[in-house]
Amino acid sequence: MNQEKAELLRFTTAGSVDDGKSTLIGRLLFDAKAIFEDQLEAIRLTSERRGGDEVDLSLLTDGLRAEREQGITIDVAYRYFSTPKRKFIIADTPGHIQYTRNMVTGASTANVALVLVDARHGVIEQTKRHAFLASLLQIPHLVVCINKMDLVDYKEDIYNNIKAEFEKFSFKLDVKDVHFIPISALKGDNIVDRSQNMPWFEGSTLLYYLENVHIGSDHNFIDARFPIQHVIRPNTDEFHDYRGYAGRVAGGIWKKGDQVTLLPSGFQSKIAKIDSMDGELEEAYPPLSVTMLLEDDLDLSRGEMIVRENNQPNVDQDIELMICWFSEKPMQLNGKYTLFHTTREARCVIKEIRYKLNINTLHRDQEDLKIGMNDIGRISIRTTKPLFFDSYRKNRITGSVILIDEGTNATVAAGMII
Amino acid sequence: MEQFNYRLDYLRELESESIFIIREVAAQFENPVILFSGGKDSILVTHLARKAFYPAKIPFPLLHIDTGHNFEETLTYRDEMVSRLGVRLKIASVQELIDTGELTEENGFNATRNYLQTPVLLKAIEDGKYDVALGGARRDEEKARAKERFFSHRDEFGQWDPKNQRPELWNLFNGKKRPGEHFRVFPISNWTELDVWMYLAVEKIPLPSLYFSHTRSVFERDGMLLANHPAILRRENEVPFDEIIRFRTIGDITCTGAVRSPATSLVDIIEEVATSRTTERGGRADDKRAETAMEDRKKQGYF
Repeated sequence: MNQEKAELLRFTTAGSVDDGKSTLIGRLLFDAKAIFEDQLEAIRLTSERRGGDEVDLSLLTDGLRAEREQGITIDVAYRYFSTPKRKFIIADTPGHIQYTRNMVTGASTANVALVLVDARHGVIEQTKRHAFLASLLQIPHLVVCINKMDLVDYKEDIYNNIKAEFEKFSFKLDVKDVHFIPISALKGDNIVDRSQNMPWFEGSTLLYYLENVHIGSDHNFIDARFPIQHVIRPNTDEFHDYRGYAGRVAGGIWKKGDQVTLLPSGFQSKIAKIDSMDGELEEAYPPLSVTMLLEDDLDLSRGEMIVRENNQPNVDQDIELMICWFSEKPMQLNGKYTLFHTTREARCVIKEIRYKLNINTLHRDQEDLKIGMNDIGRISIRTTKPLFFDSYRKNRITGSVILIDEGTNATVAAGMII
Repeated sequence: MEQFNYRLDYLRELESESIFIIREVAAQFENPVILFSGGKDSILVTHLARKAFYPAKIPFPLLHIDTGHNFEETLTYRDEMVSRLGVRLKIASVQELIDTGELTEENGFNATRNYLQTPVLLKAIEDGKYDVALGGARRDEEKARAKERFFSHRDEFGQWDPKNQRPELWNLFNGKKRPGEHFRVFPISNWTELDVWMYLAVEKIPLPSLYFSHTRSVFERDGMLLANHPAILRRENEVPFDEIIRFRTIGDITCTGAVRSPATSLVDIIEEVATSRTTERGGRADDKRAETAMEDRKKQGYF
């Protein structure tokens, strides 16, 4: 029962079928005993039917009929396993360029990104693309898994060369914490148990890393931000004048009695109570969902924000974004889209496309400004009303937006505020 | 600054995420409904909804798709809970549509009304003009569900299109829709079976007695133990016998398998689940019909 105090770690895996990504996930699930006998039996039968000798662990991660038929992963699949130390959520994303949107989706909530490199091929375009997306989405920790070491005789110099090659590229990226681990997902080297085949490697195994990497600072505990999500008014005799502002803390540490400023009005008040069904809370911090009560009788509503007077977000209608485009219909310059930011909804117009980024070379193209499916670019927009935002680097919650096509209601873009 | 103290244990983090999703439903939709089966997952969703709106009552009704083949204990629990929480209960009956001839029942030994739930659910959503139905499906249950969104869009026929799902990033959930379309929202997507049991134990939530060990008349079919009940036609060689069992999932009687178990408390159940070597859906006859049974049903509008 000591699992109750375990933390939650979300990680994303990027790689293609050939990198052995599905095998790696299958191996983690298998060694962590998160695979059940009936699932194992089902994939054993499928492996046999396809004529394989060994149980193909990668079959565990193929979800949809089309994926199994084509032997590819189309969509983000979520997997779960836990150890006594942590519960893990894996966002398993396909690695091909046409699935950039899935990689971005999986990366948006991840603490850790695993990037797979085939030891035989070294750093290829796809590796760079994955590393770049991890940095663009500001995943705090990056682990480069140099896989298939069994196929290169577990040679240390191959590992060292790939590491050097990756670092030559990654110093240009905004990644804070990069780790390298030589593995064989197929044979189980350095996944859960230390490899007997690579005594030269002194680092930790992959599972040890995932269990111990420090994620306590992945949230912003400094800049207090509380977007109001929903107003709770019970209208009962017992709670006649109750007006609670429900939401999920996006930043900072909040206590009863704190002096607060309200946006957009600029009014001041104090926190009267931080409430929950389990009773009053001493403190609230990310990512808790709580209900705040203020001392003054103010009529706040969804989309407004509670902050501190001496630490306020930007308040503006003109916003600069890095954008990843998801739709087959290209982005329209001067086009209008619905925008979601925290709990606030607005409309926006695309004012300028500054450049399109080649995600393989990081070249900024200022000539070809057509932003189509899976393209990444820098743009400026103007919104119908002010947003209360931080840069994405400072806060992934108050620094992110999605754009929605007003005709189809599809989510067409993810934006990170600069 | 010492931030060590500001870490949530994983159950609190899951709770917080689910509450956020449920509040988002209240904010983005006009007429939500909670799908309530009497199983532990829908009990959990209902409990989290209470937390989301406390001290106000849950602002949505519960909807029970009643196959007519229920365990008595499920209905007792349902009615007791509804009166305790002061929520409205809507019942959509499979039997009624069979009686009016709108649905035709399967016959034979493996007959189940499980598939008939889909048209009844879609009709109830249409009749009630619900624009979103909250459900207790989890991604760890089944491989098609592993690819499900929190906010799952359904077209005017109630169909799921797995290849054209909206990407979900950060805390931003897009619930925009056209008239006639609706959403399914799954607030406990990220919970595993074990998480659910741990949380139910921590929160001391009462559960239907079916989940705990009891003696019942059962019979064996295809390696599964099924309840000896008038709703299931037994073959001649399927002789009922008394066994000490419990149910790991609760659904329609005809397709819910029992497991031999001495677990009489939540702590016993947690130990059992933690060391179990089969998935909970391994006891569900409805998933055994084909490898893509769940995917096919979901596309047609199943939960």
